Amino acid sequence: MGVIWDAVVEAVQLIGSGAPYLFEIIFLSLRVSAIAVGIAMIVGIPTGYLLGVGRFFGRRLSLVVVNTGMGLPPVVAGLIVFMFLSRSGPLGDLRLLFSTPAMIIAQVLISTPLVTGVTAASIASVPLELRLQARSLGASWWQEAVLTIKEARRGVMAAVVAGFGGIISEVGAVMIVGGNIEHSTRVMTTAIVLEARKGNFGTALALGFILIGISFVINGLLTTLQQSGARYER
Amino acid sequence: MFYRFKASVFWRIAALALSIALLFSLAACGTTTEDTTDTETTTTEPVVETTKLVLASTTSTQDSGLFDVLIPAFEEAYPEYKVEVIAVGTGEALALGESKDADVLLVHARAKEDAFVEAGFGTERSDVMYNDFVIVGPATDPAGVKGMTVAADAFKKISEAKATLVSRGDDSGTHTKEKAIWKAAGFEPADDWYLSAGQGMGDVLKLANDKLGYTMSDRATYLNLKDTLDLEVLVEGDDILFNPYGVIPVTDATNMEGAQAFADWITGAEGQAVIETYGIEKFGQPLFIPNAS
Repeated sequence: MGVIWDAVVEAVQLIGSGAPYLFEIIFLSLRVSAIAVGIAMIVGIPTGYLLGVGRFFGRRLSLVVVNTGMGLPPVVAGLIVFMFLSRSGPLGDLRLLFSTPAMIIAQVLISTPLVTGVTAASIASVPLELRLQARSLGASWWQEAVLTIKEARRGVMAAVVAGFGGIISEVGAVMIVGGNIEHSTRVMTTAIVLEARKGNFGTALALGFILIGISFVINGLLTTLQQSGARYER
Repeated sequence: MFYRFKASVFWRIAALALSIALLFSLAACGTTTEDTTDTETTTTEPVVETTKLVLASTTSTQDSGLFDVLIPAFEEAYPEYKVEVIAVGTGEALALGESKDADVLLVHARAKEDAFVEAGFGTERSDVMYNDFVIVGPATDPAGVKGMTVAADAFKKISEAKATLVSRGDDSGTHTKEKAIWKAAGFEPADDWYLSAGQGMGDVLKLANDKLGYTMSDRATYLNLKDTLDLEVLVEGDDILFNPYGVIPVTDATNMEGAQAFADWITGAEGQAVIETYGIEKFGQPLFIPNAS
């Protein structure tokens, strides 16, 4: 118990000390994962909508692919990105390996199936009658889509939370493609691995607590948003 | 109509999933049968009750491939022990010893090892073997250090050229050595060209390879990965690059007998012979030179 208490104290001291090292990696973690989940939303929500409502050739196969992607181990995603971006890989000339864009690419690969899959499921649960009625009232396909996504907004928000949570806490892929370089690609999770490897379990746990704290705040905000949405419905 | 359509989709996906699962299990069956024959041959040997022996060592030793021959040889000599290797940085290996989560350590950071034993965490430190560090870099050698014999001078030259240098940055034995060389060079590296990676030796070599940078590596790990890298040995032979490994049984470890047995075996004739011959077949030279007294 003493060890854990020490870590809690160290976490508080670390935050209190305002160590630039700490804020640098927190900021980088948030920036990389926010950009990645943003891209995942741009790709995943429309795709999820189409998969949720559509009846087109290849829909079933697409759903299987997306659901497989949801179960893709992040470290495999990292490995794939690594092989593509490596100097001997097909995109090696871009010289992106061991940089933040590489980390964002890997995180997009991890979070897009999550956002797509959960969005598709929540869109599919919107009653067909709603869309039929909208269409009979003369709604364009665009208005119909916006209305459906609005109706399924809680599920869509859950999709975004799932996507963000999946990547902010992920370590394998960002370690492989980012390289955990100080002041450049070191994020919270890779810093935790490093501190643990150094034997600084207190610092590692302290960083872990901060990561949990950040997740708590973000999820708190999103849950509040969801709840206020629920109130509007009444 | 809508629901019937959905149901049929469900069943078709289920059928697809089932066939994929079948396909994989068929493939798995093929390998399992081989596995079973393997286990059968091993179980025909006399059955011995095995106890777990946790060996905390360094990523460079693991990456060199030495354990792949050393551990089976030890387990053959002492079938009552099942060795579990935890490959981490020397810093964490020592911490694992301190917390008694490891039974025996095989590490390379002399000063830290002596302090560890002095503090009473280990019973005794014995020489096991040594290898050496080399400074590797791209063949183009932008800083022009090729053939230099003093490591500190080479580091200085790299820093003056502001050529990329990748550091382990993880408090490992290799990192400790690197810091000693910077100290000898009278220089504190902290700039854009100096990348502190905080990863294992193999990963740092890959990073240096991709960034067209320099790094310091133990020879064993470098030789093991050489074929996948475009890095060349540029500086070697300096006394400061000497890299001795020591074995330390942990005081009051969970498996003290096993720890002592391992330490005795690795410093004894058998263990030393395994170390002496490892690498000759694959690299034309031994990776480690045994030096137990």
